[in-house]
Amino acid sequence: MTEQHEDSLLGGYRVLDLADEKGLLCGKILGDLGADVIKIERPGGDPARSIGPFYKDIPDPEKSLYWMFCNTSKIGITLNIETADGREIFKKLVKGADIVVESFDPGYMAGLGLAYAELEKINPGIIMTSITPFGQTGPYRDFKTSDLVNWAMGGIMFQTGDTDRSPVWMSPHQSHFFGGSHGASGTMMALFHREMTGEGQHVDVSIQQGCMLALMITAEMWDLVGVITPRTGPYAIRSRGERPPLILPWVVPCKDGYAFVLGGGTSMAKMAGPLMLWALSEGASIDLEAIGQIQKKGYDVFTIPQEVLDSLFEPLLNFIQTKTKKELYEFSVQSGGGSIPSFSADEIMENSQLEVREFWEKVEHPELGDTITYPSAPVKVSEAPWKIRRRAPLIGEHNEEIYEKELGFSKEKLAILKQAKVV
Amino acid sequence: MGTRQVLERIKVADFSWWGVAPQACRELAEHGATVVRIESHRHPDGLRTMVPYKDDIPGVDRSAFGAAYNTNKYSISLDFAQPKGLEIAKKLVQWADIFAESNAPGVMAKLGLDYESCKKIKPDIIYFSTCAQGQYGPHHKLALSGAHSMYVAGFGEVTGWPDRGAVWTNTSYTDYISPWYLVTAVIGALLYRRKTGKGMYLDQSQLEAGITFLGPVMLDYAVNRRAATRMGNRIPYAAPHGAYRCQGDERWCVIAVFTDEEWKAFCQVIGNPDWAHDEKFATLLGRKENEDELDRLIEEWTQNYAPEKVMHIMQAAGVPAAVVQNAQDIFEDPQVKHREHFRFLEHKVIGRHAYNAPAYRLSKSPANIWKAGQVLGEDNEYVYKEILGLSDEDISDLVVEGVITTEADLPEITGLY
Repeated sequence: MTEQHEDSLLGGYRVLDLADEKGLLCGKILGDLGADVIKIERPGGDPARSIGPFYKDIPDPEKSLYWMFCNTSKIGITLNIETADGREIFKKLVKGADIVVESFDPGYMAGLGLAYAELEKINPGIIMTSITPFGQTGPYRDFKTSDLVNWAMGGIMFQTGDTDRSPVWMSPHQSHFFGGSHGASGTMMALFHREMTGEGQHVDVSIQQGCMLALMITAEMWDLVGVITPRTGPYAIRSRGERPPLILPWVVPCKDGYAFVLGGGTSMAKMAGPLMLWALSEGASIDLEAIGQIQKKGYDVFTIPQEVLDSLFEPLLNFIQTKTKKELYEFSVQSGGGSIPSFSADEIMENSQLEVREFWEKVEHPELGDTITYPSAPVKVSEAPWKIRRRAPLIGEHNEEIYEKELGFSKEKLAILKQAKVV
Repeated sequence: MGTRQVLERIKVADFSWWGVAPQACRELAEHGATVVRIESHRHPDGLRTMVPYKDDIPGVDRSAFGAAYNTNKYSISLDFAQPKGLEIAKKLVQWADIFAESNAPGVMAKLGLDYESCKKIKPDIIYFSTCAQGQYGPHHKLALSGAHSMYVAGFGEVTGWPDRGAVWTNTSYTDYISPWYLVTAVIGALLYRRKTGKGMYLDQSQLEAGITFLGPVMLDYAVNRRAATRMGNRIPYAAPHGAYRCQGDERWCVIAVFTDEEWKAFCQVIGNPDWAHDEKFATLLGRKENEDELDRLIEEWTQNYAPEKVMHIMQAAGVPAAVVQNAQDIFEDPQVKHREHFRFLEHKVIGRHAYNAPAYRLSKSPANIWKAGQVLGEDNEYVYKEILGLSDEDISDLVVEGVITTEADLPEITGLY
């Protein structure tokens, strides 16, 4: 059923995807690259199907938009690997597979006799990618977590939010998506290794580390100069050695929302130049000489006194408040610099850049009698497209195809397995 | 040692700078690829001029930000805007399997090092470009940093409190989504080249890569015409689900209760106070309805304990909870230590400092992180002689001609960002 005829980066590789919400993105990435991904769900469906939002707000395991997004380009079967029959079937599938992706608690697969060491005996080339909050070993490996817990342990949360309230996260699923994307990279590394040597291996992914890799300079600030990056609300705070830290306006109110004001540094401050000229042309009182200097050199965040910066920014911030997001962005596009708005989903779907680049992909959902627009490839691949190859599977949608046609189970045997809740 | 590295024999000509592409190339280098990073003192990587600096003294070789994404690479200083420099750059194209660049669209074409030009030199080259908005389209010329594009991608509208405005996350978020998609695509391209003999061109828009991490939010709008908004730390199907003040200055924990069992265990951990047995908190629906009050009551309890204490006693009872870790916590985190996430390497100017390891461990061909980020041009001798076969005389001529740049070519560096 996968589009074998079409050129793709991973056509011909088979992936068995046992992951739950922690690792679903990994299989999606591999599938969108053309691998033949079989999503294996427990009978009744994966718990991730209960995560909203839902299609037309109808809570139903076949209508989870979260599920739909995370499982494109996969086919789906149900299988209970906690039963002896289920395990045997899984092992049969492993024989013909290249990659297993799983995100169970560390030790769970071993408890079922399905640890990497066991799978390797069945198929020496098999790659097993395990995506868990902390990795397979270590003092926290058995911690009970959730997306929020992973995010807190990863460090970005501490430095996000208004200073008079608690830290905030960055909307749901981010830690799990890091698990999936790092899992995919690790899997690709292992796949290349196998192509060169014939040898499979275990890829042990830590979601926490994936989150930590997104910390920008937080670790370096502590390691090198002993500064803990704090929450700064809508501001950015630059520590600068002996001098008092500089407070930069960063995300500021505009007429209909918020916009990034282009804080500091050579190139970024230079981008503020055109905005200053625009403000000046509309009567803002900005020192022309200051603009000239900023356009030429930026300003030195390390030495600029706070009062000077504040007086520079004040008329600019007042000016931004009179402009809509649309006006600000159009100006930035035309002038190559300015203020960059904070867009919401509706505005993003109208972004002409994304439209021209065909970033949105229309995916048929015959079961709903509908076509849904999805965000598509994170990289455009010239020879072999990175794209959605099919919508997410329904529960057990491909049981017949896999169990009967591929593994050769008779209808009678399949009926027994169904009644025994194996499939 | 002695272990085969995944990408040994793979060669990368890394013409990239700033955040995204260098991180992708770092991951390749840490798995055995030979990555030559082509830099110039005339236009040093912007990250080299950003904090934190060793001893807080600005300098192109003093920034840990500038060093962080370049482990295991070989840095050369080369002005390839000059004809002789271009010639050398083209030799590196000939040598390489992978070409990486992250300039503004059009720059490489002007320099004669775009995909079409490189393909003529090396027909099966895998060439990747990554920039804010991709190589074409009505906005492609608007250069954005990751700090901007995360707002264009929608993260600003879903991060923060419902009654407050957008905030800064202190990380240029899309810069940390994009690199791993690139790593995946580049290795996919290597596999494809093995099968077909064909190279290819990869065009990444960091904005597009970023939006994929809001996939469900986009589908919600596409289908339900609902544009997601800031929700603090709450989600519809768990309560409590938030961050709570703990004992100490700026100490916080998170607690997330999804099931009845977890709620019962949670109540037990906090000593079964009377309020916990109030009818209104007995069900998820009740807790959601009274979540403000619930959060306030929980905080009355958490603020008496250190966050580590809360985490450990909650975990012992099977309740998902954690410390909201700051930078220091992360370095002291026993799990992070166990995973050897931070690797301490000796940088020629900065000295011994910490680098991040990959998030995944390969059981049979693990990453080997052995070389710190480089002083600009640190590996000139090795690369020009051993890889490109130039003589000492050639090299000194090129230095005199300003093709191989030196510190004398540096622009005035101020402490920026």
